[in-house]
Amino acid sequence: MRISYRVWHVFMRNFTVFKKTWLANVMFNFIEPLLYLGAMGFGLGVFVEDIDGLPYINWMAPGLIATSAMWAAALECTYDSYMRMNYQKTYHAIIATPVNLEEVVVGEILFGTFKSLLYGIIIIIVISALGLVPSPWVLLVLPVLALEGLAVTELSITWTGLVPGVDAFGFFFTLVITPMFLFSGVFFPLDGLPVLVQVIAWFMPLYHVVELTRSLTLGTVGPSLLYDVLWLVVFITAIFKLPLYLMRKRLID
Amino acid sequence: MVSNKSMVVEATKLTKKYGNFMAVDNINFDIRAGECFGFLGPNGAGKTTTVKMIQCFSPLTSGTLNVLGMNVQHEERKIKSRLGVVPQEDNLDPELTVMQNLIIYAAYFDFKGIKAQRKAKELLDFFELGEKRDALASNLSGGMKRRLTIARALINNPALLVLDEPTNGLDPRARHMVWQKLRELKNRNITLVLTTHYLEEAHRLCDRLLIMAGGKILDLGTPKEMVNKHIGDEVLELNIPPEQMSPLLEKVRKHIHGSLNLGTSLCLSPKDSKTLMTVLQETPFDLQYQLLRPANLEDVFFKLTGRGLEQ
Ligand SMILES: Nc1ncnc2c1ncn2[C@@H]1O[C@H](COP(=O)(O)OP(=O)(O)OP(=O)(O)O)[C@@H](O)[C@H]1O
Ligand SMILES: [Mg+2]
Repeated sequence: MRISYRVWHVFMRNFTVFKKTWLANVMFNFIEPLLYLGAMGFGLGVFVEDIDGLPYINWMAPGLIATSAMWAAALECTYDSYMRMNYQKTYHAIIATPVNLEEVVVGEILFGTFKSLLYGIIIIIVISALGLVPSPWVLLVLPVLALEGLAVTELSITWTGLVPGVDAFGFFFTLVITPMFLFSGVFFPLDGLPVLVQVIAWFMPLYHVVELTRSLTLGTVGPSLLYDVLWLVVFITAIFKLPLYLMRKRLID
Repeated sequence: MVSNKSMVVEATKLTKKYGNFMAVDNINFDIRAGECFGFLGPNGAGKTTTVKMIQCFSPLTSGTLNVLGMNVQHEERKIKSRLGVVPQEDNLDPELTVMQNLIIYAAYFDFKGIKAQRKAKELLDFFELGEKRDALASNLSGGMKRRLTIARALINNPALLVLDEPTNGLDPRARHMVWQKLRELKNRNITLVLTTHYLEEAHRLCDRLLIMAGGKILDLGTPKEMVNKHIGDEVLELNIPPEQMSPLLEKVRKHIHGSLNLGTSLCLSPKDSKTLMTVLQETPFDLQYQLLRPANLEDVFFKLTGRGLEQ
């Protein structure tokens, strides 16, 4: 394999840029989940019965850890990656050095994963402060966020490798990210939906991430969670080469 | 293939196709250690395509290419670690400062810490960017960006520096400054490869040149050799009304080696300039402007690549 420790150099390049604007960056990305928490949790929640024996806001809040992480990773590896690749020609600059294109892509994946972790952790802190995190199992959400980051960034960079232009990212968000956001059991249990929708949801990474974050945050831990982890690991491994292949095809061949 | 130590680049039957389109068509050339070698040619000639293969960016379609004694297809990483690359379009990190651009780039070569800092500072001083070290790259002028891009390409002490149109889009002062820096680099024994369509640049900097068009080599040699071979010593440039060009050429035919019609002016290469001038004075033509000057690469360029050439 042609991938070495040099992926770290790529990660550090993005991190150096990120450090300059992190405050604006973080604020922007964390206000949105708070709006959902306010609107759905406090607003809608008043009209909703308990779910699994919990007040609606307590049940819903852990899912926001997963969605916040997903949006951060997806935005990073679509619009931001595309900017670097297409306008700034950052990838071209880097691959003129001993770092190869596969390492650039993996560096981007790792940086997107870092953002997934960061934005997930911010939500954990916020909902903890609101008393919505009852269990110490929540610490295990961190590796889950890493898995989520890998899964989402791989999907996003795959799309970035394919798109003809920056406008085409709209499709990705409308067809992939938003459906995951709405139908992965973040805002309501999927039991009431048609079986077909439930089956489709099962094939989306976010569904498994939400299962994991909710169970760990609430402390309702059981062995079935290992299947969700396994699902994510298989997904990440299965599509790993796809973005590498598409980027090489796009930029070099 | 046995490779010659004093050859920095050896290209044999080098070919690059994009789909069915021949961008570089079966060309052979060598670049020697310590020289400045230029690729000259009109837009779309295949210059960038050729240097991208040297930079191990673009895979070859066929042929062999050795850089620094190593095969580009097998030792990409090793070659890249000893190469400096200045792309046709600047690709600096716009959100980072001038200094950070160098430090981050150094890291790609595993070059870090105090040594990298020192090298970066030395390069900024050399390129007269010291005062700008904390400015954002996006705020630099075009000329400064270009200098920073060249500085960045030198961060790993490359044995070979490949520059794709190093002075593209620069004003004359900025261009002269880049030329001066490149000459200083050459004096430090760095092999330079550049592409350009500025003939003056090629003339001033290059020891040897390759003129190409349509993916093929038209000629290869020193600028002086090429000028002598294709044009001669001198050129007489004339401005005359277009309808008088043919009759005039008819009149002077036996006194010139060749001529070139550039639309608004006519260039003649005289066998003997004095005789030609006398002949012209005796003709009734309406010569609005005439200039006898030494022949240069531009004449060669037009002769080899231009239309309207009559021998
Ligand atoms: N990635 C590509 N896919 C298809 N065709 C390409 C590609 N890159 C270059 N070409 C074509 O190959 C030919 C040579 O291009 P190249 O960029 O090497 O020219 P150049 O000599 O550098 O020109 P310029 O002076 O304009 O920079 C052109 O006709 C160009 O359209
Ligand atoms: Mg070019």
